[in-house]
Amino acid sequence: MHTSQKILALETAQLRTGHPAFRVGDTVRVHYKIVEGDKDRIQVFQGVVIKQHRAGVRSSFTVRKVSFNIGVERIFVLHSPRIEKIEVNSRGVVRRSRLFYLRELTGKAARVRNEKDQ
Amino acid sequence: MKKNPGIIGTKLGMTQLFADDGNVLRCTVIESDLVVVSKRTLEKDGYDALIVGLGERKDKHTNKPLAGQYKKLGQTPRRTLRELRCSAEHAATFEVGQKVALDQVFEVGQFVDVQGTTRGRGFTGVMRRWNFKGSKSSTHGTHEYMRHGGSIGTNMTPGRTLPGLKMAGQYGNETVTVQNLKIARIVPEQALLILEGGVPGSRNSVVTVHGANKKKRAGRPLKK
Repeated sequence: MHTSQKILALETAQLRTGHPAFRVGDTVRVHYKIVEGDKDRIQVFQGVVIKQHRAGVRSSFTVRKVSFNIGVERIFVLHSPRIEKIEVNSRGVVRRSRLFYLRELTGKAARVRNEKDQ
Repeated sequence: MKKNPGIIGTKLGMTQLFADDGNVLRCTVIESDLVVVSKRTLEKDGYDALIVGLGERKDKHTNKPLAGQYKKLGQTPRRTLRELRCSAEHAATFEVGQKVALDQVFEVGQFVDVQGTTRGRGFTGVMRRWNFKGSKSSTHGTHEYMRHGGSIGTNMTPGRTLPGLKMAGQYGNETVTVQNLKIARIVPEQALLILEGGVPGSRNSVVTVHGANKKKRAGRPLKK
């Protein structure tokens, strides 16, 4: 599809720079701004990136963590102003771009190999 | 007559914007480099209106009678011409040859109605055209019935198919108005109008945008 140059310019203006580069398999900490009534607070969500959707301003990524034995996944909009900060804790070594197989695994099997352990 | 005669523009396509609170707004972008080509007046034509033109028309696409009309008005030929009915006061704020600035007609947060021609889908079955359910996956062996609409009436009473029954037929390529879309942003220097929500028509089709008919003050937000 051919997108109008003017729309592309609008979208480019909204892109956020300054996020660290991360890939699928990495463990990240996402500092996310949550608005409650008239108050803001920052919530940190830490987990493995299991999916990245690369689509310009519409880019998003999915982070999975296991909390009290319950798997929790959150989809974040990469360029959203609600994301305060993204930290990369560790780089993972994976061989595919979608880590949905982690959903089926628990415990030690559900780990992603760390780049430093190589 | 409409309280806000509005503008015409070209639908460029859809995109998303981040609102101030961080929410994502799905938006339609409309471009409108509009010029007042001529006016209709109560004395001469029996009603007041602005005649506005959109885009450039190449010389090779302008036949001589048309070129002559533009020459008489002292304007360059435009691709699209439309009349916008308006009050005499509104018409008086524009001069012939003047560009219609978007922030002159609309303001951010205003509700508008958008009229356009939907994309033509040709002869379409009832499932797509009227959202009929079709048959279940198992039709007990009846073949070629999966996407049918079922019965179209009863037997002796009334003995005919009632008018207006939903059947297959031409779908799309009709004029549709979408009401109460909010203006998310106006970019005057690029003549862009960004509306929250979808607008009928394909990309590069011409749409009419005017103040919302079913809101007070033609959809304008209250002044603080």
